[in-house]
Amino acid sequence: MREWADFSVEAGESGGTRLVIHGNLLVSSIGALDRKLREWNGPVESIDLSASGEIDTAGAWVVWRFARATDARILGAGPQAQHLIATVQSSESSAEIRPPLPPIATRVPLAVGELVVGWGKGTVSVLGFLGELLIAIWRLLVTGICFVLRIRLKHPARLRAASLTRQLELVGVSALGIIGLMSFLIGIVIAQQGAVQLRQFGAEIYTINLTGRLSLRELGVLMTAIMVAGRSGSAFAAQIGTMKLTEEVDAMRTIGVSPMEALILPRVLAVVLMMPLLGFYSSAVAIIGGAVIADLTLGIPFWTFLTRIQEVVPIHDVWVGLVKAPVFGLIVGIAGCYQGMQVQGNSEEVGLRTTWAVVQGIFMVIVLDAFFAVFFTKVGWG
Amino acid sequence: MSGGDQTGSEGNAPRETAPGGAADEIVQEVAEEARDIIPERFEGEYPIVVDGLVNRFGDNVIHQDLSLKVRRGEILGVVGGSGTGKSVLMRSIIGLQTPAEGRIEVLGREITGDDHAQDVDIRSLWGVLFQGGALFSTLTVGENVEVPLREFYPEIDDELRHEIARYKVRLSGLPEDATSKFPSELSGGMKKRAGLARALALDPELVFLDEPTAGLDPVGAAEFDRSTRELTDVLGLTVFLITHDLDTLHEICDRVAVIADKRVIAVGTIEELMAMDHPWIQEYFNGPRGRAAKASHERSRATGSRSIAMDSRGNTGD
Repeated sequence: MREWADFSVEAGESGGTRLVIHGNLLVSSIGALDRKLREWNGPVESIDLSASGEIDTAGAWVVWRFARATDARILGAGPQAQHLIATVQSSESSAEIRPPLPPIATRVPLAVGELVVGWGKGTVSVLGFLGELLIAIWRLLVTGICFVLRIRLKHPARLRAASLTRQLELVGVSALGIIGLMSFLIGIVIAQQGAVQLRQFGAEIYTINLTGRLSLRELGVLMTAIMVAGRSGSAFAAQIGTMKLTEEVDAMRTIGVSPMEALILPRVLAVVLMMPLLGFYSSAVAIIGGAVIADLTLGIPFWTFLTRIQEVVPIHDVWVGLVKAPVFGLIVGIAGCYQGMQVQGNSEEVGLRTTWAVVQGIFMVIVLDAFFAVFFTKVGWG
Repeated sequence: MSGGDQTGSEGNAPRETAPGGAADEIVQEVAEEARDIIPERFEGEYPIVVDGLVNRFGDNVIHQDLSLKVRRGEILGVVGGSGTGKSVLMRSIIGLQTPAEGRIEVLGREITGDDHAQDVDIRSLWGVLFQGGALFSTLTVGENVEVPLREFYPEIDDELRHEIARYKVRLSGLPEDATSKFPSELSGGMKKRAGLARALALDPELVFLDEPTAGLDPVGAAEFDRSTRELTDVLGLTVFLITHDLDTLHEICDRVAVIADKRVIAVGTIEELMAMDHPWIQEYFNGPRGRAAKASHERSRATGSRSIAMDSRGNTGD
């Protein structure tokens, strides 16, 4: 059991009240005494510390605060107590612990205003980022053409081949497993659920059309884009963000290496190049998944399913998927890199920006997918 | 609870406070809210005793048979080349790193043993200032100081806790308005001071400072040194101070421990160390920087700025 400091009330020399403190005046024993003293009302002539034990600054503060509030004198303080009381007295402060919150009437317009201005600024800086990216790509193209024509450039752009290969591996090859598994399961779900509905019309055979067209046109690429946004978009934001925090990006700039060229271009290029491959791979695996479940539960043989796919899926479905994929990749890559470059201040920002990279990437992909769906139907690829 | 029956209700002066029952209720309430920890003050001679410490990471041996005793009330400076394991030693002592072998006793309690029940008790008796300050970035400076108080002594009234946080912030040398600032709004030197305020939140007996003056400008570093010395004297602290700063060693350290060859090769005042003929110690204290620090220390002592600090040290009654 802990021992609490306490006090007893005695008559002072001139008839007033004298509080005699007992026990140690330490931060660990002061809790009860402090509350009692705060509830005390009435005049006090003096506080007697001669019966108290050890003292620390918390104890000194409690005694001094009470003495000041009641205009009491402090008696019987030892040298240590006097020293500490003088110390806390000279360190008294009335500062706020938290910055005061403005009233709600001010806070709401303030927050709304900041949000709107933030949108405006965000749009401008995204445009700036896009411009920078385009310039970097342009420089790369010019350098390439000049190289072919054997014209020497003063400041040639460089394609970081090692960095690009590394990113291609990270974005593409290492994603094969998870995207394959996901697509296989999606294929199973489409085929099985489709069959349940189509059976009502005795049109189970159309399960094949459903699985083939849906995965090649929509789900293969869309789900892959979502997976890549979660896997690679977030990684881009976190990596570049951390490099911004540790001033690596600034160091690059001072050495004359453009972060756009060294960090962002390889990453964006890697997603743009890998997305069509991954999207097509995903569609293929989804069809295989559908074929497997059809073989097992619907009585459609595996190879028949695949041959039928060739017959019922028009070739423009493949093109639809392949056109969408690099665009989705571009969006995911830009969202990741842009958010990473926006990191500043503290590590909390890295987490926040990474979340934003994924959320924005997926959101934009889905918006564009809706646009593409209407567009391709209008141009006759329905 | 000894004081519970001696409350105001039995006084012979006219009572003008709440009825006696209320006072007992407060004690009851406080006792219920309080955590079950009994922080006992340390009365022994050596708050830190390290004996035969061995630390290794894989095949890389950091400490081999390292022993060190820190005296009560002193500022012990710990020096050593980069990578000699100064921070690892500190982490071992505060229990963040489990040593491979050896015994560590802090404030009379063995922390290398299997009895973890004492861990909480002992943590309320020391304060640690990490190298970068290690402030919680989502809390203001004042709230940072309140964290240990809230954690160990939840029975303390909110108002008192705020008051303690306020004076601790000023005590550590920060201006009043720093209390409500977030760590990201502070400069490097202010972050260290805020870290010091948090380390001192519980009025600990033992304080660990990991390179407190690293990255500070000379003026800020000298001020930080002065605050450290003053607080040590006023609050009766024992300080375990890791540093590379030769000025700090000269100005405020009572003794200096030198880590080299995986052990503490010497402990003593700077004069004693300089008399030794270990090559690293000679290089360290008698190198150009060492001589400059010594000269400036002697100059400042001659002009008397030191004598004030000496006086205040002599005055503390402990």
